[in-house]
Amino acid sequence: MELILEQMPVVIHSLNIGFLQTLKLFFVTLIGAIPLGLIISFGSMSRFSPLRWLTRLVVWVVRGTPLMIQLLIIYYFPGLVLKNNWWGSGETGRFIASSVAFIFNYACYFSEIYRGGIQGVPKGQQEAGMVLGMTKSQIFFKVTLLQMIKRIVPPMSNEIITLVKDTSLARIIALQEIIWAGQAFLKGSQGISGAIWPLFFTAVYYLIFNGILTVLLGRLEQKLDYFK
Amino acid sequence: MSILEVNHIEKHFGATQVLNDISFSLEKGQALSIIGSSGSGKTTLLRCLNFLEKPNGGTIAVNGNIIFDAADPATQQEKEIRAKRLHFGLVFQNFNLFPQYTALQNVTLARELLAKERGGESKKEIEEEGKMLLAQMGLSDRATHYPHQLSGGQQQRVAIARALAMHPDILCFDEPTSALDPELTGEVLRVIRKLAEQKTTMIIVTHEMAFARDVADQIIFMDGGVIVEQGDPHQVIEHPREERTRQFLARYSEN
Repeated sequence: MELILEQMPVVIHSLNIGFLQTLKLFFVTLIGAIPLGLIISFGSMSRFSPLRWLTRLVVWVVRGTPLMIQLLIIYYFPGLVLKNNWWGSGETGRFIASSVAFIFNYACYFSEIYRGGIQGVPKGQQEAGMVLGMTKSQIFFKVTLLQMIKRIVPPMSNEIITLVKDTSLARIIALQEIIWAGQAFLKGSQGISGAIWPLFFTAVYYLIFNGILTVLLGRLEQKLDYFK
Repeated sequence: MSILEVNHIEKHFGATQVLNDISFSLEKGQALSIIGSSGSGKTTLLRCLNFLEKPNGGTIAVNGNIIFDAADPATQQEKEIRAKRLHFGLVFQNFNLFPQYTALQNVTLARELLAKERGGESKKEIEEEGKMLLAQMGLSDRATHYPHQLSGGQQQRVAIARALAMHPDILCFDEPTSALDPELTGEVLRVIRKLAEQKTTMIIVTHEMAFARDVADQIIFMDGGVIVEQGDPHQVIEHPREERTRQFLARYSEN
């Protein structure tokens, strides 16, 4: 116990740096995947059937294979197969590769949630807008969108909380996120080695951050409770 | 000149013929009731007039201008459909109010969007008119309520105000009381009756026979996608000429 207290400041400092990287990947993924998911969902509902089937095929592949494999392929494919490692070898390259894999993967999941949300809004809403002479985009932004958001907040909350934990998968390509930072003390780092508790301690970070997110997303859900 | 002239409208969904050679006309300030059993094509006819369905044949003219001709693609351009829709208002069976907007916002939303695009009335003027329409519907005290806080009858009256806000030439009702509890139909029918007294041009699809007879200047009985009988409301309801009309009305009075 005494030893842990002694190691605490060094470990916390290191974990904080790792967690910053975790947060960065989390937010970048959200910022990229939320709009990209919408585009993909439009593709999967397109009236142009080749586009619709192609989009659904891609979504099926991305959702049907492990994110970890996708990370490995996206990171190593350019260097090993194309003999041109455009990601570079540094942390920045690993971060960009992780971001690409995460954004694409999560956009596919989001797109299916959006599709459910859009198709869940009764057709009568759109028709009411049409009859009132509204344009397609006015109907989408002024009528359908908020109803769709209300419908997707609960399933999106689930995905977002999963995303927090999924960022740890980037460890597989040695992104220096919090798991990587905790694990370092097992092998030896900054004079501490053989310590497994830092790795366990990372769970506290995830738990607290997800706690905050749960509260915020719960509030958003409440805010949209003013209409049924 | 008639305000509305519908000629030889045909509509089929796949192999099913839903409307077959539908022709009728409507004078300004008159009300037309359409009766008939479920599946007779009444709703589809209203949806064709509102450009929610595209007829496979026939023409529709408003004030003498052909706004739809199945044989002339120039009359079917997506861009113009929007403006053409504004000739008609449609009140749905299930109200279809926008749940995230208050009663007043439901009434003013489309008008505000249109005014913003084309210039025209200020937001304030539109709001004033919206309040006036709600008052006309007996809903002054419900302007800030959301649809889920209103009864079915109140929601339908908001929907009527919303349709009127666009100043349609012809207001269409698609079974406006069919989704309501029996004790709530009266308040909606009263409002429509008042509109008829004010000489609003209307087409009313309804299952309320007595109402159809009293409110309309003209009645159409449809069955199997065709107009079986058409004429004076009292004559059609009380002394139908056609056997099918008689059978339909007899079945109705049994229920």
